[in-house]
Amino acid sequence: MIEITSLYKKFNKNPVLLDLDLDIREKGIFAILGPNGSGKTTLIKSILGMVIPDKGEIKVFGENIKRTSEYRKKIDYLPQIANFPSNLKVKELIKMIKDLRGNTERDLHLIEQFGLEPHLDKKLGNLSGGTKQKVNIVLTFMFDSPILILDEPTTGLDPLALIQLKNLIQKEKKKGKTILITSHIMSFVEEMTDEIVFLLEGNIHFKGAIQTLKKDTQQNDLEHAIAALLEKNNV
Amino acid sequence: MFKILKYSFYDLARSRWSYIYFLFYLVLALVLLFLNHDLSKAVITLMNVIIVLVPLIGTIFGVMYYYNSREFTELLLAQPIKRNSIFLGQYLGISISLSLSLFLGIGIPFALYGLFNSAAIWDFSLLLITGVFLTFIFVALAFNISLRNENKIKGFGYAVLLWLFLAVIYDGIFLMSLILFEDYPLDKLSLAGTMLNPVDLSRTLILLKLDISALLGYTGAVFKQFFGTNLGLFISLAVLFLWTIVPTFSILRKARRKDF
Amino acid sequence: MSFRIQYGWVCIAFLFFQMNLKAVEVCNSCPISSIQKGINTALSGDTIWVKKGTYKEFNILVDKPLTIIGLDYPVVDGEDKGEILRIISDGVTIDGLFVINVGTSYTTDYAAIRVVRSKNFTIKNVVLENLFFGIFLEKSSYGKVYHNKIIGDAVDEYNSGNGIHLWYSHSVEISKNIVQGVRDGIYLEFSDSILVSENISRQNLRYGLHFMFSNNDVYSNNEFENNGAGVAVMFSKKIKMNNNLFKDNWGTASFGLLLKEINDLEIIENVFENNTIAISVEGANRVNYFNNTFKSNGWAVKVRGACYSNLFQGNQFLNNSFDVSYNSRINDNLFEGNYWSKYSGYDLDKNGIGDIPYRPVKLFSYIVNRTPETIVLLRSLFIDIIDFSEKVSPVFTPDELVDNKPLMKPK
Repeated sequence: MIEITSLYKKFNKNPVLLDLDLDIREKGIFAILGPNGSGKTTLIKSILGMVIPDKGEIKVFGENIKRTSEYRKKIDYLPQIANFPSNLKVKELIKMIKDLRGNTERDLHLIEQFGLEPHLDKKLGNLSGGTKQKVNIVLTFMFDSPILILDEPTTGLDPLALIQLKNLIQKEKKKGKTILITSHIMSFVEEMTDEIVFLLEGNIHFKGAIQTLKKDTQQNDLEHAIAALLEKNNV
Repeated sequence: MFKILKYSFYDLARSRWSYIYFLFYLVLALVLLFLNHDLSKAVITLMNVIIVLVPLIGTIFGVMYYYNSREFTELLLAQPIKRNSIFLGQYLGISISLSLSLFLGIGIPFALYGLFNSAAIWDFSLLLITGVFLTFIFVALAFNISLRNENKIKGFGYAVLLWLFLAVIYDGIFLMSLILFEDYPLDKLSLAGTMLNPVDLSRTLILLKLDISALLGYTGAVFKQFFGTNLGLFISLAVLFLWTIVPTFSILRKARRKDF
Repeated sequence: MSFRIQYGWVCIAFLFFQMNLKAVEVCNSCPISSIQKGINTALSGDTIWVKKGTYKEFNILVDKPLTIIGLDYPVVDGEDKGEILRIISDGVTIDGLFVINVGTSYTTDYAAIRVVRSKNFTIKNVVLENLFFGIFLEKSSYGKVYHNKIIGDAVDEYNSGNGIHLWYSHSVEISKNIVQGVRDGIYLEFSDSILVSENISRQNLRYGLHFMFSNNDVYSNNEFENNGAGVAVMFSKKIKMNNNLFKDNWGTASFGLLLKEINDLEIIENVFENNTIAISVEGANRVNYFNNTFKSNGWAVKVRGACYSNLFQGNQFLNNSFDVSYNSRINDNLFEGNYWSKYSGYDLDKNGIGDIPYRPVKLFSYIVNRTPETIVLLRSLFIDIIDFSEKVSPVFTPDELVDNKPLMKPK
């Protein structure tokens, strides 16, 4: 579904992605992990066409994404920081995104699920961080696209909302979607994901199931396994 | 693109700043009319104000809007929308809403004072055309600056500097070079110098209307042809148009290559 | 004087008598079919009625006091052969002729109607077309040129003549004429005590009105519009100009009114509108400019030097690109109680007079005098800034040149 070959990107003079190859053919949930500055966000944004690669090729469903925008209909993206035009009301933002992408009824259920009804007429500028993130989630999940990309989806959520988010992700997985997640919360990753893509210094250092990683590093939990992976590479 | 335009426009139409801008022009026009009781004189004063203020407000608004809506832009970029549509839409949205504030802000008081039955209506139309052109040009320039500068403070600094340069400093350098080379034929140089600065260009349009009798006092043949016929008006409008188109394309070119 | 009046009365009585006695009729099919023949057969004081038709004649000589009246504008066609009508007698009246095709010459100033060394003449209701010189008064006096229409089609200055031309003439009234498309609309040289009023002089190649070495003349209620260079008054004294309109005189060397080597002039209640330079002054002394209106001119008053004791009072300066321009720092002229549309002062004591003086000479006008191309920077913010700093501490412009009593409102 997503095929990346020798992706190279540098910002100014700092190389961020160094001839990265990644091939995601299976359905399921993939966690993209890595220390700060390893290129996670750059990778995601490259897939979304927000970052223009210097070299390399990205194909989504077999189609080269260079200079097109249509393929993004097949991707739902949850950005890391949800800052919306502060003069718009929640209702209007949802309406607007629908207007831009096409109509859907799924938002009604999501709004109810996350308890956003009382906020619908508020301006986005007046919302708390957590509520904004809920709006963000509604905007992402209301379209039923085969690929989901979630950048730090848990930011600012209360425990209840977190559980609902997890349920939501599982439900989407069952529908046979491909879901990419970045997160710093290892328990969340361990609970949710099937496979891990570990980025380090612009390249993939590990790709495989969590179990395989634990076995390789002889650790019992993911957090330590990752730490071990890092340690090994630093030495 | 029109959807983006629509939403940028709505967004701005509700922003406090659009109203402040609108009210500023409303008050300015009312005060001028109140003090002068004379439409044509108020138009002349407004012209002097507009060729300096519209660029300043356009620049600052453009930069502010760009930086404030960065995250929103990123949200849009992840949607199946072309980059050109996003940036063109935002650019047109802000330019149109600023133009509208200007249009209504000075239009309403003048209309109430009986503009439509006055000979000043042509001067007034020219004033509005110039104001709209300047808005589009300077918003485009502001977008170009902000697209090239991630740092908000830096972007603001460059934008204000650009305005200061085009509104004041440029003319100083221009004047100095004309005086320095006064022994040479200068009429082509002076016209070229005017074309290279959109503020001067708009000023020329106004001169053509208000000071034609003084402009015709100069002997140069090129000058005479430029100011004495409709050629000057057409060339000025054409170059102003170019001044709008070129930065717009530059926005699109830069936006296509930029990482977010 | 009394002799003259008596003489006049005698003349009129005589004419009246004669008119009743004899009237000569000229028409194409009459026994007398040419104007010259009519003149030859008429006696002094007779009236000649010229009926409608075309008379191909030139060098017509009027050598006795006669009244020649055209009925329904008979055409006198000179066929470009030379002068058409010459008056060499006192007491001649020409009325209602349509005179066309005056010959053009580079050596002789052919005129449609020439008056030579005569008195008490009247030329009225005459229409002149395709002419060289129009009405030429040579050493003549006590006459009237009234309600004539002179329409030329001059293209070049060197082979065109003037509409109404006075040379060494005095005590003449020129009024209600329309002159256009000639070299100088009205031209006066060495002519004193002339009244020029209610004429319209427009679209002439050079000057609408041009006079030199002529004193004690009065110009009032005339319109001078769209002439090549405007109105020129040179080397003259004791002139009164009032209620005239100077309009649309555009161009490089163009002005509404040029004053050169002039003394003791009164310029009152005239209107100057849309001229490149409304008044260009050079060597003019003791000139009073009262209650004139300067509107939308390039330069309202351009002083080129050596002007002393001029007084500007009660004038209105409305939306001129430059109000007053000097090319030196010397000033001996007084500006007081004028209205300046650019004045931005206040009037706290509400007496209608601004509390801070107005400085009509801008630094920028000085710069434009020096480097004319800088005119493209007019109304620039930068120029406003340097004008302001010059206003605060004058370096280049005459620092005592201020209007200490600027009016708050136009009249």
